[in-house]
Amino acid sequence: MTTAGGLTCRELVELVTDYLENRLSVPARASFEEHLASCNGCQAYLEQMRLTLRALGRLPEERLSGQAREAMLIAFRDWRAGRA
Amino acid sequence: MSDDAQLIAALRRGDEVAFADIVDRWGPGLLRVARMYVPSHAVAEEVVQETWIAVLRGLDRFEGRSPLRTWVFGILLNLARTHGRRERRSLPFAALRRRFEDRGGEAAVDPERFQGRGDERPGWWALPPARWADPDERLQAAETRAVLAAAIDGLPVRQREALVLRDVLGLSAEETCTVLGTTDGNQRVLLHRARAKVRATLEQHLSGGGAAA
Repeated sequence: MTTAGGLTCRELVELVTDYLENRLSVPARASFEEHLASCNGCQAYLEQMRLTLRALGRLPEERLSGQAREAMLIAFRDWRAGRA
Repeated sequence: MSDDAQLIAALRRGDEVAFADIVDRWGPGLLRVARMYVPSHAVAEEVVQETWIAVLRGLDRFEGRSPLRTWVFGILLNLARTHGRRERRSLPFAALRRRFEDRGGEAAVDPERFQGRGDERPGWWALPPARWADPDERLQAAETRAVLAAAIDGLPVRQREALVLRDVLGLSAEETCTVLGTTDGNQRVLLHRARAKVRATLEQHLSGGGAAA
């Protein structure tokens, strides 16, 4: 059950980034966690957000082609020769 | 001497191994940022090459007030934005995107999904999100990755920059603020809006939404 004056779900979703970034004040964090403990919908929302962040962090990398890499090393040698 | 100071000293001495190491380590991240602005992998590689040349030219003047990586990403971002202005000018989405971006206040979740004033619990979920089944497997599917990539591409540019630097490349909030030249508070607002949109797109994709599970 919720206490009167507590956070609504609509308010909670706007605080999720501050919560995950650890930027909520102590009382705001307590209200956030109190709401979360009793609300399946917000638990699911937060879980979806965490999964979204994990998926973003695991996107496949693009790599520099061997040719581009080689061109960089040549540029480096030129630069080094130029300052010797 | 810090790792960064050692690295800078090695580069200034002309240590090619040290240079090749950061070209390899930071390359994927630099390419990813460049790709936000330019239409192809090939052009993104050109931007990365220009960046390293600018880094070498500026290395003796670099004072180390921010970490070397932050400085390199900042140079890349400026070059990529310049390229982007040249190459993307004709893209049909550009105008649409700008209009979207100018709209200001945005809700993280469609307001229609919450109960209204006359309902039993105003502001509480009317249509709550459902837990995703088998999230690990489904989030790694090629189809989901394509949805994710399209969601990132569709973000307004400032939001996209914040999300890619923080959540795709894993830069810290502080580094991201320095690279983007923005305040911590603004960075968090951009990130919040970007994350909310990407989550909503994934939810639509994963929670049914018409697509095959």
